[in-house]
Amino acid sequence: MIANAHPQLLVHDKADNVGVVVVEGLTAGTEMLCVCTEDNSDFRLTANADIPIGHKVALTDLKAGDTVIKYGEDIGKMVGDAETGGHVHTHNMKTKRW
Amino acid sequence: MAFDFTQETVKAWRRENGRVGVRNHVLILPVDDISNAACEAVANNVKGTMAIPHAYGRLQFGEDLDLHFRTIIGTGANPNVAAVVVIGIEPEWTKIIVDGIAKTGKPVEGFWIEQNGDFETIRRASWKAKEYVHWASELQKEDCPLTDLWVSTKCGESDTTTGLSSCPTVGNMYDKLLPHGLYGVFGETSEITGAEHICEKRAANPEAAAKFMKTWKAYQDDVIEQFKTSDLSDSQPTKGNILGGLSTIEEKALGNLEKIGRTSTYIDVLEPAEAPAKGAGLYFMDTSSAAAECVTLMAAAGYVIHTFPTGQGNVVGNPIVPVIKISGNPRTLRTMSEHIDVDVTGVLRRDMTIDQAGDALIEMIRRTANGRMTAAEALGHREFSMTKLYRSA
Repeated sequence: MIANAHPQLLVHDKADNVGVVVVEGLTAGTEMLCVCTEDNSDFRLTANADIPIGHKVALTDLKAGDTVIKYGEDIGKMVGDAETGGHVHTHNMKTKRW
Repeated sequence: MAFDFTQETVKAWRRENGRVGVRNHVLILPVDDISNAACEAVANNVKGTMAIPHAYGRLQFGEDLDLHFRTIIGTGANPNVAAVVVIGIEPEWTKIIVDGIAKTGKPVEGFWIEQNGDFETIRRASWKAKEYVHWASELQKEDCPLTDLWVSTKCGESDTTTGLSSCPTVGNMYDKLLPHGLYGVFGETSEITGAEHICEKRAANPEAAAKFMKTWKAYQDDVIEQFKTSDLSDSQPTKGNILGGLSTIEEKALGNLEKIGRTSTYIDVLEPAEAPAKGAGLYFMDTSSAAAECVTLMAAAGYVIHTFPTGQGNVVGNPIVPVIKISGNPRTLRTMSEHIDVDVTGVLRRDMTIDQAGDALIEMIRRTANGRMTAAEALGHREFSMTKLYRSA
């Protein structure tokens, strides 16, 4: 990991297909430093939308019906598509419970 | 060098029953809603007392009445309370509350309004309250082990940052302190949905696991199935949660459960406001996820400090228990830092580890126990919210 560089995106688990934006004012086109908190490994990913702090970013192309994985666990399903680097939230995913 | 938690002490009040309190309140406690005015008048007459008005206490019955009594008695019995003046409309339920609190050995006396009126009740109760204030204000603090504290947790206005930073901070604190004798408790039955399979596995024994699953399923069957509309999306996640980036109840639950750390296991499942009875360690309590209701129930069970992770910025406090707010969301720290006691935004920047964040929380628990007022105390947040199970008669 680059010394003193603050990440824009954090990922809980290696198995996750979404990460969380942890800075304010992230704009489309930003090449994000992404860190997986499980083992401190890092990678780069370009955001393809303006995404608010706390909101999720697809780490891979997600299609309607796909299971969203965070904490290494099932947190719901896609009901729309999201490309890699795209915004994942209530507009394109929902719970499997209700 | 790491803290030696077993040697750490705080200056606090050792109560008659051996429990440690970190505040020294003289409470003016209404049995029922219609005694609120008299209680507030007494608290106005006698400085250094506190009335805690609430909305219920009449025509309740069965399990709902049991919970009301347990909550009121537990609040008076809490070690953060030195002495209690109880006021009710009539003598019989007033006596139930007084007798329940008296089991702790602390000074308590009841007054009732029927055949006295507010004026005479207030006059007599004010004399007793003044006597208690003189007595309580001379009680001395003594050195007590940090791990003699009972510390509860519940998060609020969660977002994705709570699961990354403030909730695992609480979990780290529990992993470090519970093995040395601390009592802990977490709850929020509806908010475990999506992580119930993980929570089941974190029981210390098969009985606790079965009791948890029974409690969780009962909530699904008796409350959600009975009262749900199309789904729970208007309430779980909340609108604030969704603004903060949480999309589903499963995602919220997994972040919530970070509060019990990596190694802690719960030894029993408690009814709302039920005091733990199986020794030191972690407990699960069947509670709502509404902040004020949950903190009120945990305080009534005897917990003396509450640790409250927040993402979007829940501002809740409690009349008798200091509520320590922990947040890792930089926007919340930028816009409403007056509410936050422990800043763990460094966890998101990766310049603070969860281990360091846990130590920072333990240090704030120590300072709070020694007398530092929390943000919620300084800002006057005294939300006392009774949980009601069903309509009154």
